[in-house]
Amino acid sequence: MLRLYEATLASRLLLGTARYPSPAVLTAAVRAARAEVVTVSLRRESGGERAGQGFWSLIRALGVRVLPNTAGCHSVKEAVTTAHMAREVFATPWIKLEVIGEEDTLQPDLFGLVEAAGILCAEGFEVFPYTTEDLVAAERLLAAGCRVLMPWGAPIGSGRGLNNLFGLSALRAHFPEVPLIIDAGLGVPSHAARALELGFDAVLINTAIAQARDPVQMAAAFAQAVAAGAAARAAGPIEPRDLAVPSTPVIGTAFRG
Amino acid sequence: MRIVVNGDWRETASAELCAVLEELGYGASIVTTAVNGEFVAAGARPVTRLAEGDRLEVLAPMQGG
Repeated sequence: MLRLYEATLASRLLLGTARYPSPAVLTAAVRAARAEVVTVSLRRESGGERAGQGFWSLIRALGVRVLPNTAGCHSVKEAVTTAHMAREVFATPWIKLEVIGEEDTLQPDLFGLVEAAGILCAEGFEVFPYTTEDLVAAERLLAAGCRVLMPWGAPIGSGRGLNNLFGLSALRAHFPEVPLIIDAGLGVPSHAARALELGFDAVLINTAIAQARDPVQMAAAFAQAVAAGAAARAAGPIEPRDLAVPSTPVIGTAFRG
Repeated sequence: MRIVVNGDWRETASAELCAVLEELGYGASIVTTAVNGEFVAAGARPVTRLAEGDRLEVLAPMQGG
């Protein structure tokens, strides 16, 4: 079971809700993924416009937990204000904290992230910081009160997988007790399986499923990969080695000696 | 009175935030508000008065990753 703050979850696949071809496909994908947590956001809505209201009704009908994000925020102030607004609308202390620092890679501003996390944790938020594999930033985020970390695999929407395997493995090794969710950059189910095999607790997927030719089928494929990766981790993978070891017993081999 | 709503200048008759939202057509919509970058909780809207040139943000749930 996956424990995130006070929640206990069976699914280790969290789903983003953006960029699906239709609301019906989004609904079917959430079900196929067997996701228990979906991310949501806030955007400007003009009077009389009903897009946000319809979307919120759809999400509530799914009966899943929501993890609101602060996507698009480039400063501590924006992120903190957006978190307050999200808490009111979505009625949850959870916040996926994003403070974007660089436009081309959407790389988090780790300095702003730590500052915003400190403010929000002190106010009772349960913060899920979107971070990198940086060990010092992770330490500061935990000291600020975060009890979950969400390191990137690769830049958001890039589909490149686990870009820095060494760095991510070091992060896992340094914080064995902290729930770590790979957020962003995964492209195919094998990336997710690899993350779980390495000991990461969960993955958050959006673009790789929403933009697949068949998002529902891809959601099911990711669910299988996550389950396989988690089972493999629990089963204890062998250590890689350089030389061959015969898997068939050599005693009694014919034609020898 | 002229205020900036979600980045656009708008003319409103009211100054009180609840009435402004009603006037702008939000009615019973689930929205959350900020004035000049500061969050204004739903409970504080009836006692929040806007001034000329204030920047009002009105946000609603939306898809997100």
